[in-house]
Amino acid sequence: MSRLLQWIFGRLPIGWMQLTHKRGRFFAALSGVAFANVLVFVQLGIMNSMATATLRPYEFFNADIMISASDANALSEGGNVARQWMLQALAHPDVTAGLGLFVGDVPWDRGERDITFTTFGIDPGQTGFLAPEIASDAALFQMQDVALLDRLARGLSRDEAAAIRPQTPLSFETKGRTLTALDTFAGGGGFGGDGFMLVSDQTFLSLFPDRSSAAPDHILLRLRPGADVEAVAKNLRGLITDKTLRIRSFAEAAQEDLRYQQTQRPTGVIFGFGVLIGVLVGLVIVYQVLSADVADHLREYATFKAMGYGPRFFLGIVIEEALVLGLLGFLPGLAAGTAILTLMGKVTTLPLAMTPTMAITVFVGTVVFSVLSGVIATRRLAAADPADLF
Amino acid sequence: MIVEARGLNHWFATGEARKQALFDIDLALPRGSLTVLMGPSGSGKTTVLTLIGCLRAVQEGSVRLMGHELQGASEAELTALRQRLGFIFQSHNLHESLTAMQNVIMGVQVRPGVPDVLARRAAARALDLVGLSDRLDYLPANLSGGQKQRVAVARALVGNPQMVFADEPTAALDKDSADDVVDLLKRLGAARGTTTLLVTHDNRILDRADRILTLEDGRIVSVKEQSRGSM
Repeated sequence: MSRLLQWIFGRLPIGWMQLTHKRGRFFAALSGVAFANVLVFVQLGIMNSMATATLRPYEFFNADIMISASDANALSEGGNVARQWMLQALAHPDVTAGLGLFVGDVPWDRGERDITFTTFGIDPGQTGFLAPEIASDAALFQMQDVALLDRLARGLSRDEAAAIRPQTPLSFETKGRTLTALDTFAGGGGFGGDGFMLVSDQTFLSLFPDRSSAAPDHILLRLRPGADVEAVAKNLRGLITDKTLRIRSFAEAAQEDLRYQQTQRPTGVIFGFGVLIGVLVGLVIVYQVLSADVADHLREYATFKAMGYGPRFFLGIVIEEALVLGLLGFLPGLAAGTAILTLMGKVTTLPLAMTPTMAITVFVGTVVFSVLSGVIATRRLAAADPADLF
Repeated sequence: MIVEARGLNHWFATGEARKQALFDIDLALPRGSLTVLMGPSGSGKTTVLTLIGCLRAVQEGSVRLMGHELQGASEAELTALRQRLGFIFQSHNLHESLTAMQNVIMGVQVRPGVPDVLARRAAARALDLVGLSDRLDYLPANLSGGQKQRVAVARALVGNPQMVFADEPTAALDKDSADDVVDLLKRLGAARGTTTLLVTHDNRILDRADRILTLEDGRIVSVKEQSRGSM
């Protein structure tokens, strides 16, 4: 390391030698930086898991445009949409198919712990609207009271989920009916429900007798290949007579749902503050480590200044220290952050995981803020006469 | 003259606490001379040394060092001048994480472009000159007080400075070591024309000086010229 830094900086690696001279202090500084990293990783991981969980159900479907009620900020929120608007939309030459999407929570009383499935009711004949993994099982849930279950649902053991096959179905009672799960798909627990379930629209309406087939929660549209989704959405906003409806591309609807979850729902706002606090605490720790190091060596720096070393030399030392602390503190921080997120993911079944983007962002952020902290900490040195620092 | 100071005044602190430390100091130091600044504690010796040595900004008066006016000089100009000076401090101020050799190398590498091998050679020679050729790889913590001070002397001299400023350099040394340090500075003056300004309370070294300036309460109260070659 010493030789590498000497080669990089073309001088004695004073920053490295300074840091490693007092081993205990060095490891304390590394622990501080690693802790700051872990703090940010955990908060970012939770924030990311919210995004993953929010966007996950959109991946079950294959649609271009979604029509929702004006108050439908999320997939599982808001009022209904009259099916007649789907018929109006189908009049547009670029719209090739439409699907009513029903959404509701279905509890499964398991004695010690209930599982709540966010349940989607769709016309299983419209396989074009389904992701390939689900479309291949569409024929199964055409039957009444048949369901596809989320094998990653919270509260459903992996062994139990793995046993669900058409040959070995799982039946359970809910809402006064007996549902039979013939197969599974990969969903995952989120911040709302424990997992997902897919049933036919007829089964859905049996489970929710007060709901009407004429009023699904959302309408999904597919367009002819090559059609301009944004342009068609705009045309439909003019064509459909109910101007209160939200007519958006499916991708935009997903992003709006995510923004809503992160900025308007209490959990999202709390997680956002968590990230902010994590970053601020991390910054304070990194600044404290660097500024304490500069303060400890102020007398020696003043001697160098008296010898004729200029501001670039001191900046070089601080940047060297920032790189060393940023890199060596990041690695244990990454390992600990990954372990904590994995453990939290297992306990909560939330999609908590370390991602390359998170790792790179935190590493670059750590090094940049370490350097900035060092620069701020050396301002006193730059401004003072050497004689005032002895 | 390598140093010429005229009407030098200096104050510390501001407002009601403002206190004048130097009063109309005039002095001139010939090239190659060894000048001792004496006086009681608080008389302003170190302040004079730090003002002439570019370690403190000149507030009032004129200081010309090696032909450069220090009054109003920019930080870049002061930095460039400092590279041509050598400093020996009362507390050696060695970098605790660098070996004796590395500390002295820092005195060479302050000038950009010096190859590593030449810097090491010069540092080894300087440490040999102060009798520490067997302590090259020792950290300051493993050296005695006198040895540390000799490393600081080697660091100050390794870059062949035109002028050496020494603030109580013999305070932590026994008589023999103190004699060695002062003899070394005298020899450099004779061989290289290096000028030395030395602040001390140490009467043991007065007979080596070419000139003794005595300060009291921020004023020069006596100037004593001594014959050269008294070592």
